[in-house]
Amino acid sequence: MNLDDALKTFINESRELLEQMEEALLGIEQQPDDAELINGIFRAAHTIKGSAGLFGLEQIVAFTHVAESVLDRVRDSLLVIDAELVAILLASRDHIGSLIDHLAQGETPDAATHRQGSELTERLHRYLNQTPAAARAAMPVEHAQIPERETGRVADTDNWHISLRFGREVLRNGMDPLAFLRYLGTLGRIVRIVTLTDDIPALSELDAEGCWLGFEIVFSSEADKATIESAFDFVREDSHIRILPPRSRIAEYLRLIDALPNEDMRLGEILVRCGTLTPAELDSMLEMQRQGDATEHAPIGEVLVEQKVVQEPVVEAALVRQKQIKENRNAQNASIRVDSARLDQLINLVGELIIVGSSANLIARQIAHPALLEVTYNMTRMVEEVRDSAMSLRMVQIGATFSRFQRVVHDVAQELGKDIRLEISGGETELDKTVVEKITDPLTHLVRNAMDHGIESRAQRAANGKPEQGVLRLNAWHESGSIVIEVADDGGGLNTEKIRAKAIERGLIAADAGLSEHDIHQLIFAAGFSTADAVSNLSGRGVGMDVVRSNIESLRGSVELLSQAGAGTAVRIHLPLTLAIIDGFLVGVGRERYVIPLETVEECIQFSVTELNLASGEAGYMDLRGEVLPCVRLRDVFDVRHSSATRESIVVVRHGARRVGLVVNALYGELQAVIKPLGRLFEAAQGVGGFTILGDGEVTPVIDVARLIELSAGPLHSRAGGLPAAA
Amino acid sequence: MGDARIQLGQFVIEGELTIYRVTELQQTLLDLLRRCDAVDADLSQVNEIDGAGLQWMVAAKREANRQHKPLRFAGHSRPVQEALDLCDLGAFFGDQVVISSQAWEGAGS
Repeated sequence: MNLDDALKTFINESRELLEQMEEALLGIEQQPDDAELINGIFRAAHTIKGSAGLFGLEQIVAFTHVAESVLDRVRDSLLVIDAELVAILLASRDHIGSLIDHLAQGETPDAATHRQGSELTERLHRYLNQTPAAARAAMPVEHAQIPERETGRVADTDNWHISLRFGREVLRNGMDPLAFLRYLGTLGRIVRIVTLTDDIPALSELDAEGCWLGFEIVFSSEADKATIESAFDFVREDSHIRILPPRSRIAEYLRLIDALPNEDMRLGEILVRCGTLTPAELDSMLEMQRQGDATEHAPIGEVLVEQKVVQEPVVEAALVRQKQIKENRNAQNASIRVDSARLDQLINLVGELIIVGSSANLIARQIAHPALLEVTYNMTRMVEEVRDSAMSLRMVQIGATFSRFQRVVHDVAQELGKDIRLEISGGETELDKTVVEKITDPLTHLVRNAMDHGIESRAQRAANGKPEQGVLRLNAWHESGSIVIEVADDGGGLNTEKIRAKAIERGLIAADAGLSEHDIHQLIFAAGFSTADAVSNLSGRGVGMDVVRSNIESLRGSVELLSQAGAGTAVRIHLPLTLAIIDGFLVGVGRERYVIPLETVEECIQFSVTELNLASGEAGYMDLRGEVLPCVRLRDVFDVRHSSATRESIVVVRHGARRVGLVVNALYGELQAVIKPLGRLFEAAQGVGGFTILGDGEVTPVIDVARLIELSAGPLHSRAGGLPAAA
Repeated sequence: MGDARIQLGQFVIEGELTIYRVTELQQTLLDLLRRCDAVDADLSQVNEIDGAGLQWMVAAKREANRQHKPLRFAGHSRPVQEALDLCDLGAFFGDQVVISSQAWEGAGS
């Protein structure tokens, strides 16, 4: 991996971390006490800082460091997280994001970014300088509950005291005492530290690999003893490590001093210097020590016993930690990053394989050799499986895209002064990665629209007897081979009359057009249509919904609007699951053949020509078990001549809620179709979604069912300028 | 060296100031202290320091003090500064540490 690749990985990972950070920040507004969330935010910042440091990205390191310090104080309960701090941290997250964007584009950040950075740094610094009085009062008092046995005096400190004497061999064994201090810094804050250098030999006798360092540390941390002890797992055996919890009994400190007999006075002084003990406490300790000498003689033994007692939980903690590391490693192995170009290549190859496979299939059928047929049958099955798993590589859950809207909803709701809650369901629904990427913009627009126009102001909601908090729902599910994404709000719904009036004014429909309410609602997807009375900053400029529609249609999808006055609006987007390979149904019209996506086919019905009362060039209807089924002749749609068949079949296809019967001459059966995009020359071709190559090498159009259903609804379509409408 | 003038020994430590270099630096410094009356050690090119390096600094300072020859560490690089801060040893050495503004403004500015 060269540096460029490593940098790319850093950029990708940082973006992922920033996403996690954002998610956690938005979550923390709801649950300000959730330590796991706070830790998550801190870890994200910490990791970005660390990796940025590896690349020497000083600017990112410097800024992230300040943010991290603030987060550290939050983690230590020295700062209480509130809406304001969340806002600043979100802005900081964005700033780190923009620094990384600049890095990704290989630019140095511009002046505006610098200004933003220094403003944020200043605001963050304000949090660092704050006196933690309020927070201190809220600190848990669990340590005060230590029973006051024996000599009851308790040292008056909220901090841990850690006494470290590294073993002589620590450096030789490849460990650096400084690294342990740094790690300790991640568990809490080193309030004071005294480095003991007395044991270091004279320069001429200095053994480069020996270790003579010792530290007395005053440490502020919420971590428990086992966690702090686990920091020293690797050096426990040959080093002297003693950890005293906050408010330990004076006797404990005395034992600490006893355990290091050669340093009596000095250690006492150090404890005072560290601020762990007051001079008065030291005096009383030394007094106790003298008495102790006279009466009992087992302080060191007691320490040893104590050590034995603590050993058990410590060993346990170490084991748990080891297991965690192992699990983390497994989780890391569970997913790998792959260049999407490689994936595309794989999909292309699978596509070619399918075409070659169907050639083989065709030849086998012609030769009609039983063994060959069996082999090709098995091969086809395998190829199908390969295809499915290759396609599933491209599938991603839509949940990640949905969660991004937490931020949009949070920001826009504040901007609008509305109280809006986002509800997400169906986040585990999978769809093609390219589709996900392209759906984000239209979704953003729909979400903003729903918040701006859909959900009423607080006052209005209260007046209508609704809860003040509006609800926006993002939902996704699978339906007949396509995925449906729904953006729904519990707002006022569409004003049907207003839309009709506007549509007549714009000349989109005739004044006397007899449209159903549902049809009128779809009009807001027409080009240049907007019903917003006031043009707001967010949406309502009349360029919205038609862009949404054309974006979705370019993905071979469709969009539909459901609205109920007073109860809310839902916009449903129907999208094909994938863009590249489909199961198809091959039909014949005259001498031409067409592929219909299999997932849209509901049933096939045989008919004789006379039964179907279809005038040439027009849509007809038939009675399908008591329901009206609009029918369309493919022959007429694609202008196929030489159609002399006396028998016709109807393929009933469905898209969304609408069905239509396609009249064809022959049914050839299922096949796998690799969709090749239309060239520019064919862009104007109506009702064709792409081409595929059959086993015999013939190029065949793939029918775009959604478009064909629209076309079949002729009259409305011609007047309303390409609107989707119910047939 | 029988020279009447004050001999100032200067040396620059480049790269690591770690366990791998201590033996070498130990000799260098002992030599310099033998030949010179004062020693300046430039730490600006140190890109990494560990506990062994720190011990060397302490031992070096003590040795110089014992011989009554000033040993001055100068131009502390960022890793050195951080290590000294971490252990709160700045006061022990008493050398002037210049806190560069560069660290905060970033390399790009």
